[in-house]
Amino acid sequence: MNGLDVPAWAALPAAVLLVTGGTLALVGAIGLLRLPDFFARMHPPAMGNTLGAGSVLIASMLVSSGMLGRPVIHEILISVFIVMSAPITAMLLIRAAVARRRKREGEGGQPG
Amino acid sequence: MMDSLLDMAAFYAALCFMVGMMLALVRLFLGPSAQDRVLAFDTMYINGMLTLLMLGIRSHSGVYFDMALLIALFGFVSSIALAKFLLRGEVIEP
Repeated sequence: MNGLDVPAWAALPAAVLLVTGGTLALVGAIGLLRLPDFFARMHPPAMGNTLGAGSVLIASMLVSSGMLGRPVIHEILISVFIVMSAPITAMLLIRAAVARRRKREGEGGQPG
Repeated sequence: MMDSLLDMAAFYAALCFMVGMMLALVRLFLGPSAQDRVLAFDTMYINGMLTLLMLGIRSHSGVYFDMALLIALFGFVSSIALAKFLLRGEVIEP
């Protein structure tokens, strides 16, 4: 805002956290593309969704706090939503995959 | 000096998020089952939200936060609805 400067104590950790979050999101997407099975593909995006998103959110908090000179923590809202939503989505998707596979293989197929 | 370091880190993060969204898009088109497509969509909206946060860091502006919050909310609702539809065949059961 109006060319305010970011102090060094906020810029250095924010840069490190941004690089960490970007790398985690990239590794998660590569794993989503390359793993062979749906139940294996469930795992890698969770890495980017939890730790990567957390790193970027903390970096955003640091930069806006350092710029405005007071603590700015409204990014906690986004992290609360992500922390609430990721396990629910994962559980519903796994249950849908299991139910659909069981339906496709018929009642005599392997359960689970 | 510090601003250029932060800019470089933000550029690297933007590159990572962009490549991640493209890989998730490939999985979205390629995915053998519907669950794979929902999972790829989930990854894509999270990466788009992180891209908006990164833009907010880079441009020292507060307006991107609201968009990121809205994307988080609506992405959660839509992926829950899609997973519920795959599970039951209906989104809101009577």
